[in-house]
Amino acid sequence: MSIVTVQLGQCGNQIGFEVFDALYSDSHCPQGLCSKRENEVYQASCKERFFSEEENGVPIARAVLVDMEPKVINQTLSKAAQSGRWKYGQHSCFCQKQGSGNNWAYGYSVHGPRHEESIMNLIQNEVEKCDCLSGFFIIMSMAGGTGSGLGAFITQNLQDHYSNSLKMNQIIWPYGTGEVIVQNYNSILTLSHLYRSSDALLVHENDAVHKICAKLMNIKQISFSDINQVLAHQLGSVFQPTYSMEGSYHYRRNPLGGFKDPALYTSWLAPVNAFNVWKTQRAFSKYEKSAALVSNSQFLLKPLDTIVGKAWNMFASKAYIHQYTKFGIEEEDFLDSFTLLEQVVASYCNL
Amino acid sequence: MTQSVVVQVGQCGNQIGCCFWDLALREHAAVNQKGIYDEAISSFFRNVDTRVVGDGGNISKGKICSLKARAVLIDMEEGVVNEILQGPLRDVFDSKQLITDISGSGNNWAVGHKVFGRLYQEQILEKLRKSAEHCDCLQCFFIIHSMGGGTGSGLGTFLLKVLEDEFPEVYRFVTSVYPSGEDDVITSPYNSILAMKELNEHADCVLPIDNQSLFDIISKIDLMVNSGKLGTTIKPKSLVTSSAGALKKQHQKPFDAMNNIVANLLLNLTSSARFEGSLNMDLNEISMNLVPFPQLHYLVSSLTPLYTLADVNIPTRRLDQMFSDAFSKDHQLIRADPKHSLYLACALMVRGNVQVSDLRRNIERLKPSLQFISWNQEGWKTSLCSVPPVGHSHSLLALANNTCVKPTFMELRERFMRLYKKKAHLHHYLQIEGMEESCFMEAVSSLSALIEEYNQLDATRSMPVEDLPRLSVAV
Repeated sequence: MSIVTVQLGQCGNQIGFEVFDALYSDSHCPQGLCSKRENEVYQASCKERFFSEEENGVPIARAVLVDMEPKVINQTLSKAAQSGRWKYGQHSCFCQKQGSGNNWAYGYSVHGPRHEESIMNLIQNEVEKCDCLSGFFIIMSMAGGTGSGLGAFITQNLQDHYSNSLKMNQIIWPYGTGEVIVQNYNSILTLSHLYRSSDALLVHENDAVHKICAKLMNIKQISFSDINQVLAHQLGSVFQPTYSMEGSYHYRRNPLGGFKDPALYTSWLAPVNAFNVWKTQRAFSKYEKSAALVSNSQFLLKPLDTIVGKAWNMFASKAYIHQYTKFGIEEEDFLDSFTLLEQVVASYCNL
Repeated sequence: MTQSVVVQVGQCGNQIGCCFWDLALREHAAVNQKGIYDEAISSFFRNVDTRVVGDGGNISKGKICSLKARAVLIDMEEGVVNEILQGPLRDVFDSKQLITDISGSGNNWAVGHKVFGRLYQEQILEKLRKSAEHCDCLQCFFIIHSMGGGTGSGLGTFLLKVLEDEFPEVYRFVTSVYPSGEDDVITSPYNSILAMKELNEHADCVLPIDNQSLFDIISKIDLMVNSGKLGTTIKPKSLVTSSAGALKKQHQKPFDAMNNIVANLLLNLTSSARFEGSLNMDLNEISMNLVPFPQLHYLVSSLTPLYTLADVNIPTRRLDQMFSDAFSKDHQLIRADPKHSLYLACALMVRGNVQVSDLRRNIERLKPSLQFISWNQEGWKTSLCSVPPVGHSHSLLALANNTCVKPTFMELRERFMRLYKKKAHLHHYLQIEGMEESCFMEAVSSLSALIEEYNQLDATRSMPVEDLPRLSVAV
């Protein structure tokens, strides 16, 4: 079961590199704390999921790198090649000369249609290399122009062309106090479009990961590299294959029987079904014991509400709107996005 | 990677331009140790095989043979351009990319704009098209000029319309030197106001510069250098004003030092587009983030640090000091105090060994003392470029879209009205074909409309910041 990763924009590509690196390091970790045979199966499964084989033994990441300007992709490719352990495919990148200018409309309406064919061809190539495609993992940020706008466009395309495969989008929620001034506009446009075409949105907030680096890891001068590595570590532990002693990809029901507090569950789900545990013998990345939690809960309500509120205030003053209408995203499109997101907020509130 | 073309117009424009090319060469020489022509250099320079005669000599990869600036030099007097062509940078300029005349514009905007504009329109178009052809992907024109004279002001702004018509997709970033109060050109208010109308209508982004502010900055540096207060010596080449590598005890002509500041501004503005970093910022992002409404495209800039001390340690405190300085009125390149006015948007472009946590810490620290407009409370755009400027370990360029530009414009209008009421020197303009009194009136209205926009924004400062009612939806 293979996963094809699509890395979009500076953020997507920088994180994508760290994810593949973490996955590779983990699968080649000497101390698996399990039997040799288990380790071998684990490694083989991980390799099949994320890497394809090259003639001289260096695994190639099952990834397509997309960016509208060349600097980051060049850096990412050379970092991977330099490590000597794994690399990206030579023909797996799509690059242009001029970026998206932090403009969602430019990424979605200009770059999208213009480069649709080339990018989808690259993805098709990767898919054909897989024996069995389990789905797509799309890494993008919401604040910029390429990851957000082009990312939304590509996800929609994937929905149209590969409707039977799973699409999971890793989205990066920007820092609350600006990285990009129009980040709120870009975010609401991205979210509203992804809601219609993605199967799952895995969210990481820059603020939250930053806090982890500061408080839990005590890093003094935190760089984006640090942040991306923490992120990659989390993703890695979620994505690595789970394997049980029964010899197949089984998941076991939670032996603890779930949490006792009914407030944690929605009314339409029995506690025993709400909480699923996958247990795997093989340790992750040299940790003797580790646990990763992926949840669908109301945690995103506050950040979502905040972003929608700020975007709404800015929209009311019509600031920056001319930059979007220039490329075909009209006020109507904004209103549609707002409406959809308000519905999402209301739905989560009503739980 | 994209390319940019610099169009330097008039005496001021060409002198600043010359400093810019000198610094750009030195910056790339410091970064590019192997002498390979890479995409970073190609943003401002062509690589030419000098053995080839005519146009075919462009080399796109491999070793650097001969670098030619992507520049067009325009002046209606020969003195300045000739000096450049005889100076140490003569080989950097393509002799075919010049337009000169002999008589000059007589400090008359109308002569520059109407007379020379008409006369040289074809030639200008031809040179611009040629420079665009040499580019793989042209993203931006940088126009450098002064507002107070005749050529830079008149012909420089005539160019803007030409660029807009001929290359509508390419950004027009204008660095404009505004006349200070004690300017010795009597007609500078006329020239400036007439030029302002063009900037309002045809520029994507304007970086106003004030000679007085530049002068104050270099005086401050001189004071610090000579007072002995610093104890240890200043690192050579680290002065934002230094040009020829060595630290000169006796100042070069003061304009040299002042022009170097502006040259540094342009280098820092484009650094994140040329060099790598963990958070890149391209030129199209500047316009996207800092121009909320098309008319409000005037950005106040400040550069820090102005010099680096020789000791290598950079304690966090000094890094934080750099951020604080960027907001002090002494470091702004025009006479303005952004801290006490209203911010519409602010960009922080950092170079060197600075990480995202340093940025965040300083934004949190400085935010309470700054006032942002209600709909853009977190109006920060940030970028991190790993390559520091020559002689520094890190630097910061702050660009602010702030109502503090208003006093500059109001003063300009004041000076204009004083002259215009007496009809002083008006005949020099009106005798030019195409010039009428209505031109002046339109120019003043254009400026007044701009000032009024800033007034309206300022008026919102006293209003309480309230969240607007949101859409209510049925679930």
